[in-house]
Amino acid sequence: MSDHAKSSPLKMYFGIWATLLILTFVTYRVAFIDLDPFNAAVALAIATIKATLVALFFMHVWHASEKLTKLVIIGALFFLALLLGLTMTDYASRLWS
Amino acid sequence: MWVFLATEIMFFGGLFCAYLIYRRWYFPSFAAASKSMDAGLGATNTAVLICSSLTVVLAVWAAQTARRTLLIGMLILTMLFGLAFLGIKGKEYKDKFEEHHVPGASFSFENVPVPGHPGEYANPRHAQIFFALYFVMTGIHALHMIIGLGIFTWLLVLAWKDRFTPEWHTPVEIGGLYWHFVDIIWIYLFPLLYLIDRHP
Repeated sequence: MSDHAKSSPLKMYFGIWATLLILTFVTYRVAFIDLDPFNAAVALAIATIKATLVALFFMHVWHASEKLTKLVIIGALFFLALLLGLTMTDYASRLWS
Repeated sequence: MWVFLATEIMFFGGLFCAYLIYRRWYFPSFAAASKSMDAGLGATNTAVLICSSLTVVLAVWAAQTARRTLLIGMLILTMLFGLAFLGIKGKEYKDKFEEHHVPGASFSFENVPVPGHPGEYANPRHAQIFFALYFVMTGIHALHMIIGLGIFTWLLVLAWKDRFTPEWHTPVEIGGLYWHFVDIIWIYLFPLLYLIDRHP
């Protein structure tokens, strides 16, 4: 754990909390604006930012995690990407034939 | 714990994958069905879960710094947020039953316009798949919340007995990781089920 995290993590926790609430409000409001195909992209991008913030700071991946933890997370995300990526490339390319 | 969460990622990943495939196939009906969701309640529930994640991280901090009263208070607050989430979820389920949007014999989704395509109507059979996925995904998520409440009850008993020290509070950390993970799942469920294709 770095010195910063030891000295006062409280400020950071409340900061992350406020950021998450603001992002929730933003994604809720943006959903009502017509961006055509980008609505889904914006919503998922904001969700990914929020999930990353929760994992890095609330789940302490950033400050106090071992290399093994990071390896497990990267591995899990890799296989999730395989599952979603390969499935969707299959379905997206079926109309070609 | 992280290995367990990795298995959970794959478990929910399968559901998200099923959602993505059906969304591609039945895009117009999914848009119409998604539009029938109460985005306000969904956003409220997102905010509730984010607040509960804050109280969890404060509980872990309280355990690290040997603040027993704060720890107990934060555990109770977390559980209250969890119950509030389930209460709002229950309200949404009740609405869906009353609107006959629950898949099954009494399902009805007739003459619902497809957003952005005047004169087109959603296919009720396709919309039914959206609602089936909605109930399975949010239902399993709610089950995780209920399990989380059980874990936090146990943590509360241990905290009450003053078992946690700055050297040993592993259960609080692990229970916290589980709670945050369930929060992250909701962070993705919310836009996918409520927000996409919302605009007029």
